Amino acid sequence: MAKDASSSTQRLETAAALPPAIKLVGINKSFGPVRANRDIHLSVQRGTVHGIVGENGAGKSTLMSILYGFYTADSGTIHVSGKPVSITDSRHALALGIGMVHQHFMLVDNFTVIENVVLGAEDSALLGPTLSKARDQLKQLAKDYGLEVDPDALIEDLSVGQQQRVEILKALYRGADILILDEPTGVLTPAEADHLFRILKTLRDEGKTIILITHKLREIMAITDEVSVMRQGTMVKTLETAQTSPGELAELMVGRRVLLEVEKGPASPGDVLLKVKDLVVTDDFGIARVKNVSFQVRAGEIVGIAGVAGNGQSELLEAISGMRDQTLGSVEVNGQAISAFGDDGAARLRDAGLAHVPEDRLREGLVTTLLEWENSILGYHNSYGSGLGLDIAKAKSEAAERIEKFDIRPANTALKTANFSGGNQQKIVLAREMERNPDVLIVGQPTRGVDIGAIEFIHKQIIAMRDAGKAILLVSVELDEIRSLSDRILVLFDGEIVGEADPATADEGALGLLMAGVHEGGASGESETEARLPEHVTPIEKTLTEMSPRVDKDESQ
Amino acid sequence: MSARVPLPRWVDVALLPVLNVMLAFLIGGIVVMLVGQNPLDAVGIMIYGAFGYGSGFGYTLYYTTDFIFAGLAVSLAYQAGLFNIGPEGQAYVAGLGVILVALALNGLPWLVTVPAMIVAGGLFGAAWAFIPGYLQAKRGSHIVITTILFNFIAVSMMGYIISKHLKPDGVNSDESAPIDAISRVPQLNVFWDLFKHSPVNISFILALLALVGVYWLVWRTKFGFAMRVLGQNPTAARYAGISNSRMIMITMALAGAMAGMVAVNNVGGVQGRLILNFVSGAGFVGVAVAFMGKGHPFGVALSALLFGALYQGGQELAFSMPGITREMIVTIQALVILFTGAMGDMLRPPLERVFFKPPDNSSAEGG
Repeated sequence: MAKDASSSTQRLETAAALPPAIKLVGINKSFGPVRANRDIHLSVQRGTVHGIVGENGAGKSTLMSILYGFYTADSGTIHVSGKPVSITDSRHALALGIGMVHQHFMLVDNFTVIENVVLGAEDSALLGPTLSKARDQLKQLAKDYGLEVDPDALIEDLSVGQQQRVEILKALYRGADILILDEPTGVLTPAEADHLFRILKTLRDEGKTIILITHKLREIMAITDEVSVMRQGTMVKTLETAQTSPGELAELMVGRRVLLEVEKGPASPGDVLLKVKDLVVTDDFGIARVKNVSFQVRAGEIVGIAGVAGNGQSELLEAISGMRDQTLGSVEVNGQAISAFGDDGAARLRDAGLAHVPEDRLREGLVTTLLEWENSILGYHNSYGSGLGLDIAKAKSEAAERIEKFDIRPANTALKTANFSGGNQQKIVLAREMERNPDVLIVGQPTRGVDIGAIEFIHKQIIAMRDAGKAILLVSVELDEIRSLSDRILVLFDGEIVGEADPATADEGALGLLMAGVHEGGASGESETEARLPEHVTPIEKTLTEMSPRVDKDESQ
Repeated sequence: MSARVPLPRWVDVALLPVLNVMLAFLIGGIVVMLVGQNPLDAVGIMIYGAFGYGSGFGYTLYYTTDFIFAGLAVSLAYQAGLFNIGPEGQAYVAGLGVILVALALNGLPWLVTVPAMIVAGGLFGAAWAFIPGYLQAKRGSHIVITTILFNFIAVSMMGYIISKHLKPDGVNSDESAPIDAISRVPQLNVFWDLFKHSPVNISFILALLALVGVYWLVWRTKFGFAMRVLGQNPTAARYAGISNSRMIMITMALAGAMAGMVAVNNVGGVQGRLILNFVSGAGFVGVAVAFMGKGHPFGVALSALLFGALYQGGQELAFSMPGITREMIVTIQALVILFTGAMGDMLRPPLERVFFKPPDNSSAEGG
């Protein structure tokens, strides 16, 4: 680490002699009444990795969009390699050597890698010469930077990590010298993220400049040379990474001290409140997304489901909460089997004492065109008022109480929900689901798109629910979140539970392998049934020091 | 990030529609000028014809009654996210219910027959709208397609029933036997001399009650809440345990019942018999009324009155101004529909520039 830090300092010193790769002076940008960027000054040294951190809405994406030519700044100047430029569109940005890897990939799924790479950069009407030139160049890039991808593979057959490599290749093929990556690790497994970081380091060592936008402080600490912190549209500070700490960065981002670690005592699990048995869920196309999943959650414990996005977590949550028909299997809440068939299954589950904070609050958990108080009774509206009428006065007064208790801002029950920030919208959902005093709480992606300050609050609330003796099932693609909140971790891969871990002792590498679907071979002493039903062993008795991957029949042969 | 700034509410709900209507009249005025007439005179005649004297005003309110019911039939379904294009057929089929009950109770005082006609018309209209609702909820057939098709089915079916079964012997035109005067829906001129010989009847009072009732249902009841959740976000409705399929079927039935009241107004009141194609397009005007009224009962009331005035004033105009034909009146009505409906947002961008507020320096969000 020390060696790394000193080399980083060296790099910065060498780079300081050259004109900075990017220099922004006094950038301002407003959208109507909203000032997204205010008098931004930023200098990115050539041949370094420069991190940009900030909460949602701090103005990071706007700033990068200005740099990439999506938006034009209201005022201020951009210098690339010491020369003032005015970037009018992304083609222009590329000509200046600025490439961008978007959070959501811009690839044509049924084209091959090489076709995607040359797309928009064809030299002539005939594809042949371009493709053969591209093939040579891709080979060279693969050799230089460790960016190996089969040029003839279809994009849809590639893993997410590989697709991201194609995005990077696209930028490099177009001659990008400065690479902007927007939240690149959000969709990656830990192993894929490591691979990405190795690639980025190689690129830097070869003289490329990298701007990394992220909200994960760990990544900033691991890979960047310098880091700039944005808050509410302003550039708060640029620091040398080696001279700072995650705590300091978080404080700069939020503007106050933040507790990064989750404080929680040991769990004291009680009765089984949620029991899922042999659950099979198929998606809209009839493909099984959840395959024979069984587990149970006890009162007073948090069971986390880890996994890379798209491995059946969404379908599992939807089936348990009644948003999707279960194909086979059963769900018991409070010892009572609940049929989730029909499109009002969610109501029956709520009546049985199950509350659900859905993964995608905008699509599922809120009606953003309705008012705050209306959203605060969504799903429970039938308990407001007797007869046909809706007891609006009661709904509003309870909504106001929850606003106060959960510190939802602005404190206005008559405001359209769309006008709340992501963190406050999530608080509206959490308040609604938690204040009903449910026995079982299902939480999907509790802090997705939520500011650091709100994350801390939400985590505390979840722990408080657990301590109040509720059974909590947590699904998150943020492995850190799963590890810090859960009392027990189940790893879901390709719709199956492939392993269970104790968060206190499980190491990230092993978890990552499980999430990537790599079964560490060798039969453990457990029988098939026990492995499928890990609830036979309580987490306290199960002092696991390592993963116990489930052994599939065919693999144990 | 959208750079759009929402318009002040009064601009959105009042100024914009008024400007749209004025624009429609401006174009209509050019058409009137092209046939060599004075557009200002034409407007004067239309306004006088629609509001200037008791009988004319009565006719305006008679048309308005139809348009309120048809507009509510569309608006109610729209609140649940359903495009009900079928009030025309629903009203037509409801006519069957109204006439069957009225003829069965013929001779009894209106205090007995009118409630029965309301119930029967409501049930028949509801049944006709329920089928597309069921097909959408359980079979996924799109409600726009099915309600349009059901309009055609209604025309054929009703034509058959009227000409083969309801037409009394010895009558040449395709219509049912008449209802006795004592059993018909009483006209308002019975109570209020102002309306003279106009056909406006107590269905108009019923329409006003329906406006209030729909407002109450949509914004003051649990059912209305569920309806709005479904209309705004079906996924969230499922999340909330609101049965999408049940809501679709019930809402469509309610919308059909609303359309059925058009039959009470016409079959039970004005014509006093079931005649072929008595709805004569009121159901389709309801679609325009609902869109112009933004699906809100208050807006529906205003736009129904506008269309009622256009219908009555237009007929007055065609009658008293040479060179203006019935077709030209339809053209002006179509212009109003065009500018308030299809092109209703045309003036939005310039208005947004006018009402744009300079950035507030104290707040900064977004990114």
